Amino acid sequence: MRTDISKINEATPYEELTEGLITFAGGTARDFHTGEWRTDTPVFDKEACKQCLLCAPACPDGCIPVKDSKREDFDYDHCKGCGICAKVCPFNAIKMVEGSEPK
Amino acid sequence: MNSENIEIRWHGRGGQGAKTAALLLADVCFKTGAYVQGFPEYGPERMGAPITAFNRISKNEIRVHSNIYTPDIVMVVDESLIHSVDVTSGLKDDGAVIVNTPESVEEVRKLLNGYKGRIYTIDARKISTEALGKNFPNSPMLAAAVAVSKVMERDQFIKEMRASYEHKFAKKPEVIEGNMKALTMTFDALEEVL
Amino acid sequence: MSVKDRMSGNEAVAYAIKQVNPDVMPAFPITPSTEIPQLVSSYIANNEMDTEFIPVESEHSSMSATIGAEAAGARSLTATSSCGLALMWEELLLAASNRMPCVLALVNRTLSGPININCDHSDAMGARDTGWIQIFAESNQEAYDNFIQAYPIAEDPRVHLPVMICQDGFITSHAVMNIELNEDNEVKEFVGEYKPEEFLLNNNKPIAIGPYAISSYVMEARKAQEEAMENSKEVIIEVAKRYKERFGRGFELFEEYRLDDADYIMVIMGSAAGTAKQAVDDLREKGMKVGVLKIRVFRPFPAEELAKALSNAKGIAIMERTESYNGHGGPLCAELRAALYENKVFTNVVCYTYGLGGRDFTVDHVYEVFEEVKDVTENGKKVTQHRYINLRTNKA
Repeated sequence: MRTDISKINEATPYEELTEGLITFAGGTARDFHTGEWRTDTPVFDKEACKQCLLCAPACPDGCIPVKDSKREDFDYDHCKGCGICAKVCPFNAIKMVEGSEPK
Repeated sequence: MNSENIEIRWHGRGGQGAKTAALLLADVCFKTGAYVQGFPEYGPERMGAPITAFNRISKNEIRVHSNIYTPDIVMVVDESLIHSVDVTSGLKDDGAVIVNTPESVEEVRKLLNGYKGRIYTIDARKISTEALGKNFPNSPMLAAAVAVSKVMERDQFIKEMRASYEHKFAKKPEVIEGNMKALTMTFDALEEVL
Repeated sequence: MSVKDRMSGNEAVAYAIKQVNPDVMPAFPITPSTEIPQLVSSYIANNEMDTEFIPVESEHSSMSATIGAEAAGARSLTATSSCGLALMWEELLLAASNRMPCVLALVNRTLSGPININCDHSDAMGARDTGWIQIFAESNQEAYDNFIQAYPIAEDPRVHLPVMICQDGFITSHAVMNIELNEDNEVKEFVGEYKPEEFLLNNNKPIAIGPYAISSYVMEARKAQEEAMENSKEVIIEVAKRYKERFGRGFELFEEYRLDDADYIMVIMGSAAGTAKQAVDDLREKGMKVGVLKIRVFRPFPAEELAKALSNAKGIAIMERTESYNGHGGPLCAELRAALYENKVFTNVVCYTYGLGGRDFTVDHVYEVFEEVKDVTENGKKVTQHRYINLRTNKA
């Protein structure tokens, strides 16, 4: 009954859906690019950032990657542009710009 | 009374063990190879409230699941029920009612709505107190049900009950002999009048 | 080899649970099913089985934990009655839609109100559209036999649905009667080891169970679930056949008792079927051609099969042990009449309501019903549909 769920979509007939709509894979949210939903976009000002890391845990979608205790640029594939990170940043290192692209 | 299919109704009060007696009777009759049924009817589930329990003992498979309305034998575990419950309702004329009371059969007959069949009294309280040191009317009433209904022979009954008590009271062996004594005392008392 | 014994219905189901030895049993006590978790707990305490028993704080939790354990990969079950089943309502639907092959031992008790502890089928009938397979028992023996067949039905890949094993509260659950028990090892062999293909605790193959479905998936999921319920019919029959070969006692979707040449047939479920069979034997001796059709499997509803079995009857009495408050009778009447109509079986049908809240149902009531159905058929007597049997009333 294990199925490649990437082949299932809204045109799939009921006979080919998984039993009980079980999702046969882990971490499938990664493949789903919610960044497309964005209407406003956060822009990271590396110079102004003090690496206080308040922004990273505040992001509801985990779109601020942290490596070696330092944050990196946004994961725009999944950032929905909610703006929470810009609100929590004490150093104005994150600015929200209009549109789906970081300008 | 049809010995192929005996129906018994028990009247007692919640907590007195009428249900347990009915289940014990089913248990001991099962050992004779009979088809058995033993079940209670619960009212308000309170200590002291009148309860009814039933037995069907048959040579044939039992399929009926209703209560018993025309019993062959009625067992009255608590004599005070005679005043509030029509214990002989539907009781067959060739059947019998057995009442736990120190009173005589004549006294009891006056209270039984003109029932014309056989009436037996057994002073289960006295027997139990003498044999066990406590008032547990269950064992004497069970013995009385067997003695009057003749669902099985006395010797076999005594043998099976000893095995049953030895199992049931494995952790309280001191009560086994008392219960056995209560059974034989009841049989002795009833055999005089049967 | 079977072992002759005597047990109450609750003891029989608890014994079957011990023999099957499932992995997890979360339960919350409620009359008249309390003895089942109580006895299972004793078996566990005495090292006679090693099921993980979870005492929970409500039936909402017991069914949730049953689903959780089943999803994790454990063979799971619970037991309940009446209001306990009602409190599981939301989870019952989830167990079925998530395709969990878990089992519920239901001891039928009326739903409030008025509050009452005794038997009718209003609890099970309230859950009839939750996607559970529902199998009813006439006796302690059948409750035992049905329980042993539950997992093989539920876990069959064609089914993967939860199974509710129903017996009548007090009437069979608390009545000690003769029973034939199967040997432990034979039961274990019959039921087999549970080896789910997919389960949550398999860290090599991660899965998600019960995801949100947008509208474009819901109807497809429901259809697939409905089809599994239809498929379960053949699986129930296959398992019963295998059970008969192994243990000698046979079952079908329903039992046809003296139907062959029967003019009048009573359709009934649960313990009252036994009483009806006795009454049929009595009436047959007096020359009346009567029979009993006892429904064992209510879900899936064997509509076509029932219509076929009833096609030669001159008159049919449908006995309902629940009230649907709709002015048109209960679920068994509604569904069976629809089945007859759909299969073009046009005959006299009278629906009755009996046994609510433990109201007794006797052989005399069965005689009365057959007399009336005969009168309707032969003399065109007008009857009130859904008449209550054994009701105090001012009406003539």
